[in-house]
Amino acid sequence: MPKEFQSSRPIYMQIVDQIIINILQGKQRRNAKLLSVREMAIEMGVNPNTLQRAYGELERMGVVETKRGQGTFVVDNPNLFEQLRCNMQAEIVGQYVEEMKKLGVSNSEMINLVKSFLEGDAYDH
Amino acid sequence: MTIKLRNVNKGFVREVALQNVNLTFGKGKIYGLVGPNGSGKSTILKLMTGLVFPSKGEVILNGQVVTRQSAEQVSYLTELDMHYEGFTVTETINYVASQFKSFNKKKAEQLLKTLKLDPTKKIKKLSKGNRGRLKLVTALARDTDVILLDEPFSGLDPMVREETVKSLLQYVDLENQVIIIATHEIAEIEPLLDEIIVLYYGEVLGQENVEILREEHGQSVLDWFKTTIRAREDV
Repeated sequence: MPKEFQSSRPIYMQIVDQIIINILQGKQRRNAKLLSVREMAIEMGVNPNTLQRAYGELERMGVVETKRGQGTFVVDNPNLFEQLRCNMQAEIVGQYVEEMKKLGVSNSEMINLVKSFLEGDAYDH
Repeated sequence: MTIKLRNVNKGFVREVALQNVNLTFGKGKIYGLVGPNGSGKSTILKLMTGLVFPSKGEVILNGQVVTRQSAEQVSYLTELDMHYEGFTVTETINYVASQFKSFNKKKAEQLLKTLKLDPTKKIKKLSKGNRGRLKLVTALARDTDVILLDEPFSGLDPMVREETVKSLLQYVDLENQVIIIATHEIAEIEPLLDEIIVLYYGEVLGQENVEILREEHGQSVLDWFKTTIRAREDV
């Protein structure tokens, strides 16, 4: 399959996240048209009804809008995308903290680990 | 468009294949039929295409009892090799076209191109992957209400599987067709499905919407399949 999905979250939500990441990374341009539901379904190897639901959710979030007879377009709203970027960051940090707590790592250790990881990483490049 | 199994029992000489099965399939959806070997997946598909008939109960397609003639309205891909070895790919297509009015030759030609099949090649010279592709061409090229696929991925390498999934999505007409896939490759087909049905030695153990399983139970189809089967085996 072209795309792997995590087992515990709805597939449509994972597609929503992926499309938002593509927009944040600039892989999917703002003000530009998204592939049609059918095209995107074929590309991802996913049920078209699931894709329809993902597009519906993106529209509800205000990330895309449907223009009658023309298709689905990504909006150009810097505030919204900044907000989405922050939400995703918070989610990733939350996951990190939760996993580290499971291992019994203290708060200060967590911070130090991130610091030394980044320094090591910087050193590598 | 609906296809219904109502209180269906099916027994073969020595064994019970299906017990009191009630299922309804509607257009616009892709259904997965899963279960251990011998659980009755293939029997259900054969009942819907009019290849076997229920011992009790009835199978109804668009309000009419399924007969041998229903095959015109039901496209069926068997898990067996079904094409004549001595035919070329084109001859095979022509042959299937001669058997079914619902066969759409134009669609078949497009599918051959998409799946890169050489029309002049003899069936016996085709690799296993290419035979699998050809079976898919003859099944998907029909403008029928129902498309039944029995193990469409078995024995195919991951690349061919991916192509198979894409062609399926490209060529089915979900506004008018219902697709039912019997398979063991649960994790692989999950993203394709709307609904999943678990069979266990002739019994329907459950039917669920795939996204609801994830949303409300935090389970993938494979997780749910395992817990459903285990709960049954513990009884």
